[in-house]
Amino acid sequence: MTPQLVEAHQLTAAEYARIVSLIGREPNYTELGIFSVMWSEHCSYKSSRLHLKKLPTRSQLVVQGPGENAGIIDIGDGYAIAFKIESHNHPSFIEPFQGAATGVGGILRDIFTMGARPIAVMDALRFGPLDKARNRRILEGVVSGIAHYGNCFGVPTVGGECVFEECYNGNPLVNVFALGVFRKDQIFYGKAKGVGNPVIYVGAKTGRDGIHGASMASAEFTEESKQKRPNVQVGDPFLEKLLLEACLEAMETGAIVGIQDMGAAGLTCSTCEMGSRAGTGVEIDLQYVPQRETGMTPYEIMLSESQERMLLVADKGREDEVFRVFRKWGLDAVTIGHVTPDGILRVKDHGQVVAEIPNRGLADEAPLYDRPHAQPYRPVPLTAPPIPNRATRAAIESDLIALLGSGDICSKRWIWEQYDYTVRTNTIAGPGSDAAVVRIKETGTSIAMALDGNSRYCVLDPREGAKLIVAECCRNLSTAGALPVAATNNLNFGNPERPEIMAQLVESIEGIGEACKFFETPITGGNVSLYNETLGEAIYPTPVMGIVGLMKTAAPTPMHFQNPDRAAMLLGAFGECDETHFGGTQYAKVILQSLWGLPPTLDMDYEKRVQQAIREIVNAGLAESAHDISDGGFAVALAECSFGPAAVGASVKLNEQARAEIALFHENPSRILISTGEPEKVQKIAREYGVECQQIGVTMKERLQIGNSSGWLVDCSLSDLKEPWEKSLETRLLQP
Amino acid sequence: MKFGVVVFPGSNCDHDAWFAVSNNLGQKAEFIWHDAPSIGDVDAVILPGGFAYGDYLRCGAIAKFSPVMQSIRKFASSGGLVLGICNGFQILAESGLLPGVLVRNRGLKFICKPVPLRVESTNSPFTAEAQKGQRLVMPIAHGEGCYIADDRTLDQLEAEDRVVLRYLDNPNGSMRDIAGILNEQRNVMGLMPHPERVSEPLMGSTDGLVIFQSMMSYVAQATTPVLSAH
Repeated sequence: MTPQLVEAHQLTAAEYARIVSLIGREPNYTELGIFSVMWSEHCSYKSSRLHLKKLPTRSQLVVQGPGENAGIIDIGDGYAIAFKIESHNHPSFIEPFQGAATGVGGILRDIFTMGARPIAVMDALRFGPLDKARNRRILEGVVSGIAHYGNCFGVPTVGGECVFEECYNGNPLVNVFALGVFRKDQIFYGKAKGVGNPVIYVGAKTGRDGIHGASMASAEFTEESKQKRPNVQVGDPFLEKLLLEACLEAMETGAIVGIQDMGAAGLTCSTCEMGSRAGTGVEIDLQYVPQRETGMTPYEIMLSESQERMLLVADKGREDEVFRVFRKWGLDAVTIGHVTPDGILRVKDHGQVVAEIPNRGLADEAPLYDRPHAQPYRPVPLTAPPIPNRATRAAIESDLIALLGSGDICSKRWIWEQYDYTVRTNTIAGPGSDAAVVRIKETGTSIAMALDGNSRYCVLDPREGAKLIVAECCRNLSTAGALPVAATNNLNFGNPERPEIMAQLVESIEGIGEACKFFETPITGGNVSLYNETLGEAIYPTPVMGIVGLMKTAAPTPMHFQNPDRAAMLLGAFGECDETHFGGTQYAKVILQSLWGLPPTLDMDYEKRVQQAIREIVNAGLAESAHDISDGGFAVALAECSFGPAAVGASVKLNEQARAEIALFHENPSRILISTGEPEKVQKIAREYGVECQQIGVTMKERLQIGNSSGWLVDCSLSDLKEPWEKSLETRLLQP
Repeated sequence: MKFGVVVFPGSNCDHDAWFAVSNNLGQKAEFIWHDAPSIGDVDAVILPGGFAYGDYLRCGAIAKFSPVMQSIRKFASSGGLVLGICNGFQILAESGLLPGVLVRNRGLKFICKPVPLRVESTNSPFTAEAQKGQRLVMPIAHGEGCYIADDRTLDQLEAEDRVVLRYLDNPNGSMRDIAGILNEQRNVMGLMPHPERVSEPLMGSTDGLVIFQSMMSYVAQATTPVLSAH
């Protein structure tokens, strides 16, 4: 084994020494490959594990926390949901369509491998600005890849977010969240239990695609990265749909003991993780593995990341019940080995042992690094640049229109109309809503979901930024009337070997931990994606949260104003914002083209009370509409409330003394806009929670007016505001 | 009455159709597996949306060879009601049970959105309960929903009052804004929009119910009971 070969497998000399001492000899080539993928950052979390332990993972509702294929929450009435978020960043940059498509496929398998039927997908997308042709091509490829896979599979894509920032130019982010439902007594785990039980391979044949995908996802990008295109897998959603139905049907036979999908690190990961979790060994012979190509070496078969494959362990003697189901669905199902008592992953090829490694060594004794972390990397100043006075009505109106048409804020209809978001007839609130809501047909419960990230806040202060994201997700859910109950996170960061990047990761994790503890939304699983750097330039720290909430199934409260002459109310304090805390806003980004200072200030205790109040208001049926204030601040949120089919805007007055543009566009959290016919009742509930709730004006047909003591700051027809918001994305994508 | 919902490998709106007629309309409904030798004693058959056989080659191209299609042909020729929704419509067109063909949307992209439709004919077992000219809003969700046929076929469809639904705001480039058509005997209908997705208030609309309710009335009133094919 030469040092060059070890290095080519992205293992350090120390890691190699650890391998030698674990198995008591030099590994052969196949074993080296197996170790390299299992000990890659992607599979082993070796840089983040130490800090992930700081996250809260338990509550009365948590059935399964981190460590399995997905987290599980009890939703009552004998039912549970499984959900998780996962990234497919690196493959999506190299090959946008297939990279994103297989990202969806991978997370769907994580859900149904546990026995749950996927009922919703959401995705958080980040790209470089659309003035570059390459970014437009990546966005179009990613969106059609997600559409291709999700639509054919038959799972609704019910929401998500799409953000543009220079730092994602060479490194787009594709994070996909999926959620499934099942009976609580039908949960399956990835455990190879029962010595002597057959290990069965099902689904697609193994090819040479995706070899070393996991290691690719654990390295920075260089000019040569595009040559890694063969490392990207090709997805077949039709096969995945068959696999779903066959797996769920096979599970009903009661003959399946454990099951796990073959995702990152393929056959290697599924065999050793299933053995490790059960404290058993797994022995397989590669001659039985269905293969798409001839002449594949053991190394290639073990490391292939061909899609749409599962590994399962069945009760000995009941294999035929399993085979019958897979035959019905026209899928390969082959016994490739059996469970052994010795805790060893033993791989044979035509009877010859080609690899022999202790499962635990691979899965649980991967290196663990306490990487040095210094002050978080901060590429921007703390103090504000001179902010030009743009407080005139003409400037504010044009700035509002510019914000509404900006990439982050504009309507994403062009994207989500390509996703089937109503299949399965459960979608109560779909894309474009604060939170997506799907009902569970089997019970009277609905699940609300919100996906959110804000890397501008996080680069200014990773800890506070992360807390703000958790707060925002919980506020989105509460605005829909749902009680937030659990979370999953996707941590997208740069190279952890750089102390200032590691510090961003540590601070963000601690911020998430603090906020999730406070809002009682334990983390049940997630994904860490590091080395998001191209040519030495790291992305902004980008933790993305997916939080789920529970509510009684009912018609949703819309975000749009429904009728004129209703009271327009602001729940939560209007809030003050100094110039330092204004630097992360969309106004700073779009109008001033600058980034500085600190993210908005979050008072978690106040935030929680605002959320409690809005849940009570919404669930009492008092709000005709409710929408939380986030990106773009008060004026943008008010405009968004006015963009509904009823074309109802509002006329509001502020008593603010602050500079008008700061008052209208700062992004303080803990604020929700409501329209209601019963303002006193709303205010009474707010008072009970010790939260401000002032009537700021009334709703009106077809206009938006915002004024202060010196007159109107905005007085526009809704169509003048809505058109740039609605058409902006398509216009940008269509530019030559 | 009893609806049969066909399940091809890759059907993904089968459960939605089943739920619409059983849960929302209180009718009996059962799934029919694609290689079933017979469709049993059902009064009407629904071919649901999805991607039957992955829509490989061409949408519906493989499904037409599916064993169950034999029984469905017989069922249709004996007067049984057959409703093809979305992929179901594509399969009926590909099988020759309905004229014309469905190709890639004009914009080459998958489109999912509610679209307004006009009921053009109530002279059918699928729309008898609707009003001629009635506006219905139903979601579409397809990449290949652009209906095309030669002029003679289109003229014939119109002359025989077989265009049942038209788009008010053509989303996919379909010729003459056609969203749904009938066969000559008027007992087989295909449409691209999804009535089953708007069949309860919680989904925002019940505009789709009229299709299923018309089928129920027709079956209830049928003087000669519809024979099932064996």
